[in-house]
Amino acid sequence: MSAPLLAVEGLDVEFATPAGTVHAVRGLGFALQPGETLGIVGESGSGKSQAMLALLGLLAANGRAQGRALFEGADLLALDEPALERVRGSRIAMVFQDPMTSLNPYLAVGRQMGLVLAAHRGVSGAAARRECAAALEAVGIPEPAHRLGRYPHELSGGMRQRVMIATALLCRPALLIADEPTTALDVTVQSQILALMQELRTRYGTAIVLITHDLAVVAGVADRILVMQQGACREEGPAEAIFRTPQHPYTRALLAAVPRLDRPATPLPPPRVQGGAPLLAAEALRVEFPVTEGRLAGRRRRLRAVADVSFALAPGEILGVVGESGCGKSTLGRALLALVPVAGGRVSFLGRDLTALAHAELQALRRDLQVVFQDPLASLDPRMTVRDIVAEPLDTFEPRLDEAMRTNRVAEMLTRVGLDPSHMNRYPHQFSGGQCQRVAIARALIMRPRVVVCDEAVSALDVSVRAQILRLLLELRRLLDLSLVFIGHDLAVIRQVSQRVMVMYLGRVMEIAPAEELFGAPRHPYTRALLAAAPLPDPALERGRLRAGLPGEPPSPLAPPSGCVFRTRCVWALARCAEQVPPLVRDGAGEVACLRAGEI
Amino acid sequence: MSEPVSDEAPRSLWSDARAALRHNRAATGAGIVLALMTLAVLVLPALLPFSYEQTDWDHIAAGPSLASGHLLGTDALGRDLLVRTLWGGRVSLLVALVATAVSLVIGVTWGAIAGYAGGRIDQVMMRIVDILYALPFMFLVILLMVLFGRNLVLIFVAIGAINWLDMARIVRGQTLSLRNREFVEAARAGGVPAARIVRRHIVPNLLGVVVVYVTLTIPHVILVESFLSFLGLGVQEPMTSWGALVNEGAQELETSWWMIFFPGLFLATTLFCCNFLGDGLRDALDPRDRSGR
Amino acid sequence: MLRFTLQRLLTGIPALLVLVALAFFLIRAAPGGPFDTERQLSPEIEANLRRAYHLDEPLPLQFARYLGNLARGDFGPSFQYRDFTVTELIGAGFPVSLRVGGLAMLLAVLVGVAAGAFAALRQNRFADHAVMAAAMTGISIPNFVMAPLLVLGVAVGLGWLPAGGYGDGGWRHLLLPVVTLALPQIAYLARLTRASMIEVLRSPYIRTARAQGLPPRTIILRHALKPALLPVVSYLGPATAALITGSVVIEQIFGLPGIGRFFVNGALNRDYTLVMGVVVFYGALILAFNFLVDLVYGFLDPRIRHDT
Repeated sequence: MSAPLLAVEGLDVEFATPAGTVHAVRGLGFALQPGETLGIVGESGSGKSQAMLALLGLLAANGRAQGRALFEGADLLALDEPALERVRGSRIAMVFQDPMTSLNPYLAVGRQMGLVLAAHRGVSGAAARRECAAALEAVGIPEPAHRLGRYPHELSGGMRQRVMIATALLCRPALLIADEPTTALDVTVQSQILALMQELRTRYGTAIVLITHDLAVVAGVADRILVMQQGACREEGPAEAIFRTPQHPYTRALLAAVPRLDRPATPLPPPRVQGGAPLLAAEALRVEFPVTEGRLAGRRRRLRAVADVSFALAPGEILGVVGESGCGKSTLGRALLALVPVAGGRVSFLGRDLTALAHAELQALRRDLQVVFQDPLASLDPRMTVRDIVAEPLDTFEPRLDEAMRTNRVAEMLTRVGLDPSHMNRYPHQFSGGQCQRVAIARALIMRPRVVVCDEAVSALDVSVRAQILRLLLELRRLLDLSLVFIGHDLAVIRQVSQRVMVMYLGRVMEIAPAEELFGAPRHPYTRALLAAAPLPDPALERGRLRAGLPGEPPSPLAPPSGCVFRTRCVWALARCAEQVPPLVRDGAGEVACLRAGEI
Repeated sequence: MSEPVSDEAPRSLWSDARAALRHNRAATGAGIVLALMTLAVLVLPALLPFSYEQTDWDHIAAGPSLASGHLLGTDALGRDLLVRTLWGGRVSLLVALVATAVSLVIGVTWGAIAGYAGGRIDQVMMRIVDILYALPFMFLVILLMVLFGRNLVLIFVAIGAINWLDMARIVRGQTLSLRNREFVEAARAGGVPAARIVRRHIVPNLLGVVVVYVTLTIPHVILVESFLSFLGLGVQEPMTSWGALVNEGAQELETSWWMIFFPGLFLATTLFCCNFLGDGLRDALDPRDRSGR
Repeated sequence: MLRFTLQRLLTGIPALLVLVALAFFLIRAAPGGPFDTERQLSPEIEANLRRAYHLDEPLPLQFARYLGNLARGDFGPSFQYRDFTVTELIGAGFPVSLRVGGLAMLLAVLVGVAAGAFAALRQNRFADHAVMAAAMTGISIPNFVMAPLLVLGVAVGLGWLPAGGYGDGGWRHLLLPVVTLALPQIAYLARLTRASMIEVLRSPYIRTARAQGLPPRTIILRHALKPALLPVVSYLGPATAALITGSVVIEQIFGLPGIGRFFVNGALNRDYTLVMGVVVFYGALILAFNFLVDLVYGFLDPRIRHDT
């Protein structure tokens, strides 16, 4: 075996905080060969990012690193700042999670790249511009010379991340550290970026450290995988071995918690009540927002967030709603809850049209229609105790309840969602994310509603906590005879919980079908593309897949394409797709909105 | 894999803020000095053997001295400077409280309505604020004083009317962001009536910024009042205020340094402490800083 | 950018109109006329005076006449300085006020920004604490307290500089007024710059720049300086207003023949036209400056510049 490119031994990272010393990383060690890709996987707080920042001397001011990190013959942790500067960006480059905030919004893209060239290679002027343009071209950015003068806000999310990667590779580093490079991106864009990193690695022979919370992301890309938990390495080995024969209990638990997109979900227990009239239904639902650019002098335009959406939710059913960011799924959820005004169509709940109800009647119906939001901490009022938060629906619908009864009901509900009722006098910021989400669920369920809308209810949670919350939701759903509308962007999670799934794109329904049918035999080109783009937590399967995927990114909802909104990215699109909006047509057990559904 | 619950006792954000403030020694000290100052201004004049308008013919423009009992000296008319400074403090603090209250009531009401109503109402209301904001208010207040005479109530109203603009902007911004926060949406989805949402969710979460802003408005108001008094447009003789005393002191600068020094010291100390306390409160209560850690 | 400019004008023009109308109608609503302060005039003379100053016409007509005069730069005659028009008085005082105010602004921006940036780069070290303590003191001592104290120390005590007067407008006469006028703004700008610089230095894109191995100089000058200065630029409008207000007392204390001194004398002698002329003139100046600052800001921030 040749000498490793990077050898880390006994890396410790500590932070001095007012509450005492926090050990972020404890005794981490690993070796990376030239050209190799190492995936570092861990949940939030596992120390995976801090370890890499420590190597480059980028810790926050109160952080301290100890240990050894030999890179190209020098100990990174012993280098002084000027020597480190010569390594950073030149021999080791880094790409961060959110390309919007990681690029300077006040500098044109070309200037930001030019500064790197000037600092490390003394190249400037026309030569630098030529090289930056070539770098942009290499990461698949069209018209590169033209883009150099653009500012970050003028580029799409995927483009920005390409710019970040192009900048990182300007000096042909021996090592690229990518910290959650695709987490802020949509699944189709994520697959493009992952494919790009693969391609660049083959072309330039750059070694890569890929930090991620998502096991599926590293499955296809990493040669070896290192699993971190609470600052320490739990297990390290070849990717296949980690996935096939995990040794450490934590790795096993993590793998078991990852929802699988490629396998049918364990069948859900049937609801106790079945059949009957739909509880919640939308008919040709349309939601629009006025968008004013500028304040008084601006043009007013209408953003059509939800267009012509129809579906019905049967008693006991779980309907998954899935799509990329900006597809209108969250707006749909808010429209179903009568939280946003409806521009057209209707929403009926328990047979009554919510859009036509008087205020008082609507308020009374809300007892049976509840919601759980994405951000657990943001959805709880920071100034109220957990007891008051959970009791709020009681105060609204049963104001005459005496204090003892009220406390009893809250305690009972907290026990049900797996929280200790003796903690009911605490405030939300004293709980973890998962526990806050349990509180939010307790608040939603205390009135025994018929329908709960879960808007990305598990998206902000770590894998293992997410699995617990999903299990809890499914259990309570059976116990309390709930029907759920489960909105999400993670296809694997949706497959695991839903009986029927609706796929949305730019405000419209592309396909709606029973889960097994939709995931087993997708009919709409967009559904197929989504499924093809989603990475699978299985190296063997991932390696065999073609990573071309869907080109481009969704157009702005302010200017949707004519006809079929998906046609601009669809490989099957014909001229007539631009002229006619495809209607949702029954096809097998589901419905598809594609003019060519029959042919493909 | 059950998660740990912190073992500490229940803590509200308020008690967190109090703790943070207590750890900030400068802010705590400033608070104590302000409390002492208020107490002195309210109580001491009654305990001292001089009144604010009584002339001591034996000590005209006399320097500070223990023997004469004029601890801070006397002014050009032989009036005890300590008593006059304390009386000036009463006026300054009274103006500060009343004018701040005026700006608080107008600003919070205006801002909360604009923020909670949103849409076109918000646009029109904030455009009005923008326009008023662009006016040189200090000059208009001077104009008011010139036209309608020097009258305390007018000073209160005029100064209060300047400061509500900032308050309205801040409250409106905060309300707007609170309105779109998920816990408010959850309450709306849960059928909680609008009035109760405002009472239980919006107002308590607004309090932090309002408290911070009030502590920063008070020194500003004191400064405006003393500015007017300095120009001779504030309170009328024989009643006085810190600005008026500084002005009188400035006239006798070359012969009687104490006449400007002590009132100036009281004024600067008060402003200094208010600013320090405001800074400390902002650090303790600013939600942005909290989430950043 | 064009829309942005128009939008700013849409705030500025109504503000100017509101200002003029407010000033005009306040004066008409005031108890007592401009001739009350003089010894008793006979009714005929007063009526003649009223006619001469068009005070006998209906209010809307007076207002229209006033607007028309303003548009021609005519603020009417001064009641106190009978031989001069308000425009002449403003014209005489403005060069002095502009000189003192402009120098103070320059000083405030240079020293304030430099001190604030310096403190930010040494955050939580001794130099930072020293600068911030000085700044806190600076914003807490009103300039009408600071000015007499400086006169007492530097001019009366040490005899280094004249205690007042404009003289030939040389630096010896300007130094004290300019410094006292600038001090609170220096302090405010230092605090503002420090806070903004620290926030920018904490932002993810500065971490990116550090990860790219850029030297600290490049990071601060090329990446951090511009965004850190944006709040400073938008504060320049309010700073102008504060400086103009402060100049009123500074000119009074140092006996400078600027607009501020006319203004205070006019105010104490109830010279309506003079006070109103100065209010409108300074108001327009502040509005114009605000507009300019907004344009500069819009030009500096690419997200506004390209939003067409």
